[in-house]
Amino acid sequence: MSAGLALEGVHTHIGRYHILQGVDLDAPGGLTTMLLGRNGAGKTTTLRTIMGLWRASKGRIALGDRALHSLAASDVARLGVGYAPETMAVFSDLTVKENLILGARQGPMDDRRLAWIFGFFPALRKFWLSRAGSLSGGQKQMLSIARAIVEPRELLLIDEPTKGLAPAIVGALIDCLKEIKATGVTILLVEQNFRVAAEVGDEVRVMDNGRVVHRGSMRDLAADQRLQMRLLGLSLDSHQ
Amino acid sequence: MSALDVGAALPRRKIEILPALTPLIVALVAAPFVGSASTFLTLTAAGIAMGMMIFTMASGLTLVFGMMDVLNFGHGAFIALGAYVATLVLLPLAGWSASDSVALNLAAFALAILAAAVVCGALGWLFERLIVKPVYGQHLRQILATIGGAIIAEQLIYALWGPDQIPLALPAAFRGSFVFGDTAIEKYRVLATVVGLAVFAGETLILNRTKIGLLIRAGVENREMVEALGYRIDRLFVGVFMAGSALAGLGGAMMALYRGQAHATIGAEFLVLCFIVIIIGGLGSVGGSFVASILVALIANYAGFLAPKLALVSNIVAMVVVLLWRPRGLYPVTGR
Repeated sequence: MSAGLALEGVHTHIGRYHILQGVDLDAPGGLTTMLLGRNGAGKTTTLRTIMGLWRASKGRIALGDRALHSLAASDVARLGVGYAPETMAVFSDLTVKENLILGARQGPMDDRRLAWIFGFFPALRKFWLSRAGSLSGGQKQMLSIARAIVEPRELLLIDEPTKGLAPAIVGALIDCLKEIKATGVTILLVEQNFRVAAEVGDEVRVMDNGRVVHRGSMRDLAADQRLQMRLLGLSLDSHQ
Repeated sequence: MSALDVGAALPRRKIEILPALTPLIVALVAAPFVGSASTFLTLTAAGIAMGMMIFTMASGLTLVFGMMDVLNFGHGAFIALGAYVATLVLLPLAGWSASDSVALNLAAFALAILAAAVVCGALGWLFERLIVKPVYGQHLRQILATIGGAIIAEQLIYALWGPDQIPLALPAAFRGSFVFGDTAIEKYRVLATVVGLAVFAGETLILNRTKIGLLIRAGVENREMVEALGYRIDRLFVGVFMAGSALAGLGGAMMALYRGQAHATIGAEFLVLCFIVIIIGGLGSVGGSFVASILVALIANYAGFLAPKLALVSNIVAMVVVLLWRPRGLYPVTGR
């Protein structure tokens, strides 16, 4: 099973803004932890800080017994952390194949793993030699996630994978996330779509104003509408 | 079947043809005005050769600008330095250059341009570490720092080689012209074209067929994501900067040989042209720079023949027209 992630008292400043104000967060190994919260709560900043794209000004981040907080993004990635950002950040000028080649940093892509990815993202197979820039939004999202998992990872950081996608594609993504989860990788997933969160998540952490304000199981949160209303200002029923 | 082959029969990426045809279109438009076929061929061959030399100088700049987002006004210093390094090699090898042996002539030429590339590449490393690295992400400071670096380099050239032009004789085999009927094409222009094409082929091969090339192309578009995939972008930056400086030196040496002299101002003279070329081509696009170099050189040549006064502004006019048509250049790189 993959190692767990732990953040202790993490602060992040971006320019003069104090975004993360002492984040204490854990994502147990091998489970999918949902990171929920209102817009501007600090979810994306948390993922970027874990990834080393923004430097924590204070606090500790560890993957198992390895400290991440002082590492550059490239070194964090080399420890087996895959990242699919909110912007997808596919390389538009490169083909689907070339994007995945870059995702496979350790060497040539494994054919069996590629076949596994094609199993839930057949569009990537279809547009294998097409420019990533010519893909639809949903296909770009698939490519972004595929690039993050084209090699086995210890930890996956995925930021709002269903944002702006059609319901049919969201369904495919849910299946994909369940498949990835079944491999035992630790996943920290930011998601605004509560239905997706409820379907995929094992654990949940809710953020507000740069801090984690709730931790518990996703099942419990999904079953407690009053808690949903208090933490997120919504109820699961309104999303169904 | 390998999973990597699964897309063999699927649609490949499309390459836009029209921008690549612009030099041909310009030539076809100019031909009736030039009138004489031999003059047209001579002008065209000269334009292509000049375009190849400009491309050699500019292609490094487009990668440095496109990938590293660095406005390197010090690029001209490497062009000038390449010219002077060529004199350091060719003057002691004057015997080889004057020899009747084509092999010795070629060896002298090859050593001169290789030395220019290697020395400029090595000094490019120093320039990047000392001058460019502290100002990454700060355009105004980049301009000031790299202009400062260029001034220091130019003054160092004056201190080492003196203020006078240094005559640089072409190896014997490359003097004179090939004559086809009424058309005369200088031998050195043919050589310059061959070297420019080799540089283009080499760059295209590296950028499209190697993982380093993929990383450079990806880095031009999104440096942060390249890092997030586990690649050390700073090392890639240094390598690209060294390669860019080496190409500037190579182009400077070629240009000095073409002009028959080396002078410290050659760098500043061609720097503006290099910027025009990379803007027309699309920032970060080597293929775009290749097309733009030929386009700019052909327009300058035809304009110089047909309307000499217009030749003074032909580069700027070409840039304005291209940007009105394609605001991000002939072959824009996504993300820039």
